[in-house]
Amino acid sequence: MNIINFTPAPAFVGGVIIGLAVVVFFIGNGRLAGISSIVNNLLTSKQDRGDNFLFLIGLVVGPIIFSFSTTNEIPFFMTNSLPLIVIGGLLVGIGTKVAGGCTSGHGICGIARSSLRSVIATVLFMVTAILTVAIIGIK
Amino acid sequence: MSKIISLISGIIFGVGLAISNMINPAKVLGFLNFFGQWDPSLIFVMIGAILISAPFFFLFRNKNKPLFAEIFSIPKIKTVDSKLIVGSSLFGVGWGLVGFCPGPAIASLALANGYAIFFLISMFGGFFLVRAVNYK
Repeated sequence: MNIINFTPAPAFVGGVIIGLAVVVFFIGNGRLAGISSIVNNLLTSKQDRGDNFLFLIGLVVGPIIFSFSTTNEIPFFMTNSLPLIVIGGLLVGIGTKVAGGCTSGHGICGIARSSLRSVIATVLFMVTAILTVAIIGIK
Repeated sequence: MSKIISLISGIIFGVGLAISNMINPAKVLGFLNFFGQWDPSLIFVMIGAILISAPFFFLFRNKNKPLFAEIFSIPKIKTVDSKLIVGSSLFGVGWGLVGFCPGPAIASLALANGYAIFFLISMFGGFFLVRAVNYK
């Protein structure tokens, strides 16, 4: 293992800001900022439709606002392999729906609430993700 | 008021994803490349987010209601079941293939990347597939 591209300061600051969003959503609306659940609720339920929609709009507006505050473009690079994208997207959709949470719902909110379910979920998806990268590499 | 809180929470979350660059699949894959050229940044994002939010979850654990809604909506399920294990494992494989999880995938609409939109459509397809077979 070599360590490269490590950016601890922006990572920590960004994390604190994400934590702040979790706090505002929780003490304001009593909800957990788990993105897969918010998307699922918006797609399948009439309850809190406006709240779910506005949260997700905010999620897109946030990076746009940030990009105005910096002269550099937000670094972004992803695979252009459509089979990989479609299979990956399907698995992320199926997996987070079946597990009832993703990196934000289990990985951040769940662990912060010391939920055993979320700790187990987070360990599992990190292990299978790391193994996937170890086996197929980064495309 | 709850609508304004929702919008503001989403904006703050999106800014956090942009500053930490977790919106970028290549950055996330750097973290998942644990056995190769490893970038530990993602763990610092999680530590920052958990350090800030955990005390509030603790302080509000016995409160009856949040500021602008009637109830706290928190999952009641406590048991570790096969759904949690199977679902999390499948999610991890998809995460490792592309480097996207749901939050960054949606936030990346800000960058209007066509491949990211293909990912989102596939992810929605996954949601509906589970719903269609009503997996329990």
